[in-house]
Amino acid sequence: MTRINRRKFLVYGSTAVGTSILLKACGNPDTAADAPAADGDAPAVASSDGDTIKVGILHSLSGTMAISETTVVDAEELAIKEINEAGGVLGKQIVAVKEDGASDWDTFAEKAEKLIDQDQVSVVFGCWTSASRKKVLPVFEAKDHMLWYPVQYEGQECSKNIFYTGAAPNQQIEPAVDWLLENKGKDFFLVGSDYVFPRTANTIIKEQLKAKGGTTVGEDYLPLGNTEVTPIITKIKAALPDGGVIFNSLNGDSNVAFFKQLKGAGMGPDKYPVMSVSIAEEEVRTIGPDFLKGHYAAWNYFQTVESPANETWVSSFKAEYGDERVTNDPMEAAYIMVYLWKQAVEKAGTTDIAAVREAAYGQVFEAPGGTVTMNPNHHISKTVRIGEIREDGLFDIVSATDGPVDPIPWNQFVPDTKGFACDWSDPAKGGKYKEA
Amino acid sequence: MLDGLINGIFNGISIGAVLLIVALGLAIVFGLMGVINLAHGELMMLGAYTTYVVQNGFKSLGDGMQDFYIWLALPLSFLVAALVGLLLERTVIRLLYGRPLETLLATWGVSLILQQFVRSVSWSLVFGVLTICALLFGGRAILNKFVNLGPRQKLANFLVLVLSAAIGIIVGRALNNNPVLEKPWFSARNVDVTAPKWLQESISVTDTLSFPAARIFIIALTIICLVGTFWFLNKSAWGLRIRAVTQNRDMSACLGIPTKKVDALTFALGSGLAGIAGCAVTLLGSVGPNLGGNYIVDAFMVVVVGGVGKLIGSIVAALLIGIVSYIVGSGTLVLILPSSDALQPLIDTALFFAETSMAKVLVFALIIAFLQVKPAGLFPQKGRSVEV
Amino acid sequence: MAETRATNKNRKRTLEASIVIGLTLFLIFVAPLILSGFRLGLLGRFLALAIVALGVDLIWGYTGLLSLGQGIFFALGGYAFAMHLQLNLAGEGLPEFFGLYGVSQLPWFWQPFYSLPVTLIAIVVIPGIVAGLLGYLVFRNRIRGVYFSILTQAMLVVFFNFFNGQQKLINGTNGLTTDTTILFGQQVGSDRMQFAFYVATVIVLALTYGLCRWLTRGRFGRLLIAIRDDENRLRFSGYNPAMFKVLVFAVAGGIAGAAGALYTVQSSGITPQYMSVAFSIEMVIWVAVGGRATLGGAVLGALVVKWAEALLSERFPEVWLFFQGALFLLVVTVLPKGIVGWLRDDAVHQIRDLLGLQPQLSTYPDLELDPDVKREQHELAGK
Repeated sequence: MTRINRRKFLVYGSTAVGTSILLKACGNPDTAADAPAADGDAPAVASSDGDTIKVGILHSLSGTMAISETTVVDAEELAIKEINEAGGVLGKQIVAVKEDGASDWDTFAEKAEKLIDQDQVSVVFGCWTSASRKKVLPVFEAKDHMLWYPVQYEGQECSKNIFYTGAAPNQQIEPAVDWLLENKGKDFFLVGSDYVFPRTANTIIKEQLKAKGGTTVGEDYLPLGNTEVTPIITKIKAALPDGGVIFNSLNGDSNVAFFKQLKGAGMGPDKYPVMSVSIAEEEVRTIGPDFLKGHYAAWNYFQTVESPANETWVSSFKAEYGDERVTNDPMEAAYIMVYLWKQAVEKAGTTDIAAVREAAYGQVFEAPGGTVTMNPNHHISKTVRIGEIREDGLFDIVSATDGPVDPIPWNQFVPDTKGFACDWSDPAKGGKYKEA
Repeated sequence: MLDGLINGIFNGISIGAVLLIVALGLAIVFGLMGVINLAHGELMMLGAYTTYVVQNGFKSLGDGMQDFYIWLALPLSFLVAALVGLLLERTVIRLLYGRPLETLLATWGVSLILQQFVRSVSWSLVFGVLTICALLFGGRAILNKFVNLGPRQKLANFLVLVLSAAIGIIVGRALNNNPVLEKPWFSARNVDVTAPKWLQESISVTDTLSFPAARIFIIALTIICLVGTFWFLNKSAWGLRIRAVTQNRDMSACLGIPTKKVDALTFALGSGLAGIAGCAVTLLGSVGPNLGGNYIVDAFMVVVVGGVGKLIGSIVAALLIGIVSYIVGSGTLVLILPSSDALQPLIDTALFFAETSMAKVLVFALIIAFLQVKPAGLFPQKGRSVEV
Repeated sequence: MAETRATNKNRKRTLEASIVIGLTLFLIFVAPLILSGFRLGLLGRFLALAIVALGVDLIWGYTGLLSLGQGIFFALGGYAFAMHLQLNLAGEGLPEFFGLYGVSQLPWFWQPFYSLPVTLIAIVVIPGIVAGLLGYLVFRNRIRGVYFSILTQAMLVVFFNFFNGQQKLINGTNGLTTDTTILFGQQVGSDRMQFAFYVATVIVLALTYGLCRWLTRGRFGRLLIAIRDDENRLRFSGYNPAMFKVLVFAVAGGIAGAAGALYTVQSSGITPQYMSVAFSIEMVIWVAVGGRATLGGAVLGALVVKWAEALLSERFPEVWLFFQGALFLLVVTVLPKGIVGWLRDDAVHQIRDLLGLQPQLSTYPDLELDPDVKREQHELAGK
């Protein structure tokens, strides 16, 4: 044995030992599943055995998206707490297993698998960005499980395994464009972050403007997190020298830069009204109402909605999380979806995925933003509102539909999906069928 | 037309100014120590958070005071970032001289820790960390001074480390039960820094020509920082030493220049400049844990294009990159080209890149192409070294 | 003397080969029995990442090129495979997402991916060629050290922005999903296919290990180490280091491509996120933790770090970044040789030292008996 030999032996020996330790660690999946039980927040029982029902909550608790997604988690946990205090579902308490998607779409898919396979949850509430939803969608479809998704999105999707409680484009983007055409002008400049929601939303808007006699004078996309918006502002000025409408689907950080520099360039809401679809009460606070006053946003819910249901909800939310907190649209959608799922489970009498899915169709709930109904196309009918941002960071509702608007997931302005619809209550129709 | 030209130049310069103020500290540190500081962006973030804290302090002082916070925020941001930089140099970078790649990795580790730190910092965390430090250093001092364990000294030190870490974690967790102590100072969400009123508006020169005040402020700040750095490097005693070490470390050491002190000072200076940059960018964008990452890669490009060791290189590089990204990104390129069939492919290409995210692709590709011609940047250091 | 040396070498080689084969067989036949499906899926993904780690070790551990842009090649391999799968699913038509953006004709660069053999070659060759090309542009100008690292990071940002922004060509941020696609008449997301990919990953890992061992042995291996330790001296000795660096960078690129393809199909698809700055730096830390310039260390490091991440982030999501940051600091300051290097060289000594035991002194009555002297004599005799 020379010295080198011994060295090699150590190398491979340790590799082998290390690998076997690893394998041992993973050969014992129970350790990980049991571990949280020690903390008392997740008893290790299968989904609906015993006195509890396990549900998964899958949002980004860290990373870029944590800013928005943690507020949604708050709303979901509030709903679960209320339900538990009122006696639970089917007489059982709901136990939430929280997983962190870490603002990384791969992690979302990985954690979704974990929730389904290892924790055996009955349902998953989760995701915010379209990218994360698109990434977990195949997981839920392959395992025929169920995801409830609380954020407004670009549509053009209708999965059997997802329930969408945020707005479809015809419940947010399209009414906003109509309102702008009627009240603010016909020339539109489209600004968005460089990812799927803004790009698809703008495809829809361009088709809609074409159909309704407006013009798209320009569009631009900012990489996520980019804060240098000077070129965009120049483009807007060049394309709309005498003012016009800016339709904004920027996300997160970029909004701050955009509004700060828009104001810096002397472009106010009188000449350049901005309609945003990703700015709600929470975002207004971080951007600063100073920069936003007089601009618009389109949502289904604002904290300033006047209804008894909303008053109760806002006050119980503030009691739970503090007076300085605000409620907003995605939080409301998240709150609704937990209740809609609960109603569906109670109607089905079981947490079985297929039975709950069937039972969900037609469920009605008195939501803070008005009555909502779950349609067979897995989206909900809800009221559409447009708000103007006030000095205190809340919204003046300047326009609202008379009643709930029915959701249309497949866009009727885009030629490729025109005439298609979705109906999961009828096996013959499914996710995308040609309407007669 | 003239207005357009002036506007274009102004916008290009203002983008360049932001790049420059961010890259300045980086360039100095890189020039002197050959160290790329991946945590530079996070030092900026600390500057930005300092600004946020100062602003809140002024807000509580009452109305009217809000407009002046920036004058205190600037020096404080410099100070906070410089102190953290100094600490970083003393504890980590110092161990890694002559190993630039390892330094790169270590500073990346630091940047991750700093990012998570501002997300989860709360009183209980601070107390926990303080407990660990107090026990660790106190315990070590006592052990080493009063007890002689002979060969077992190292084991004892190691045990003290483990013990104090354990106690610190327990203290932190125990304090977590108190909601006031547990509440994160900033949390993961972005915080709101509202610029003073006089920086929110724009300044009109003629009817068609107006410049955002915040941009002018940043350009002015960049110039002041440049002049200050230039003065410090060229007119002060320590500046002379820094320049000497930059040129030839070994020879300077032989001549009695305390190179370690010079390194620490330079690193602190570079970090402090990052802090000022952080304070400046709060006028433009949002303040959050990820703030640094948005600027850092561009800043590296400025350093790489500018070359090492000369301020003028960074200045020219920043302005060049700023103007080119503005021209490409705003689609001005398309307007300049005459529309004829022969040029149509060219126009199509220009249109393809006339989008902010695509402009970045083109600018970076141009930088890589540029380095084919001048691999050592615009103003390379002259010498006899075989290294580039 | 020379003969014993040769037999020693042979014996070593046989031992190494049998350990690799043994572990391969163990992973293929035994691991599925003791792991749950979810954990096996994780292991498959981590093994795919271990393949990239081998490539990183090749260029960083052996040759001293710290690339912060391996994500480019990883993603290129993944995209190549995902494009083929998408076309497979679409059959005669276009992949579904094109319809959303009103694209009616398949972009030209998708055409070759209709064929499986071409795709399989492309998975390795395209990243290899891209790496070679980028490497040529950089190394030709003698750009190295941190400059090289920063440039690779810039390239990464270029590629990320390009793939992220081109929705009409490659589906932008959404990336391409693979779980619902079909290969050999089977759904890719199905358990059987996933297991097949797991086995493929293990085999590719073993083959890559063999390739890297072959490359790092002998003259070529010594050349790589010479580039790392003193490039100028090598150049003055009449070699052209640039070409060697281009070659090894291209090989590492190809390895990353293969790993990317295997990782993609096991994690339900690919997005431009694979080209994020953080992910590429993370690859370096796997190698650093395992041990630079030890192939076993690269594999071990990737597995250990990813496993720790999976376990830690499940329980304490907020701690993971602290831990990862500390890991970076730890391996460059305290543990520069990584786990394997530490165990090999310093562990016994340091633990003894810590426990306050007397350091083991070894003296030799005769200089001729010193193992180092002996080894040198061997080498001289071998020449």
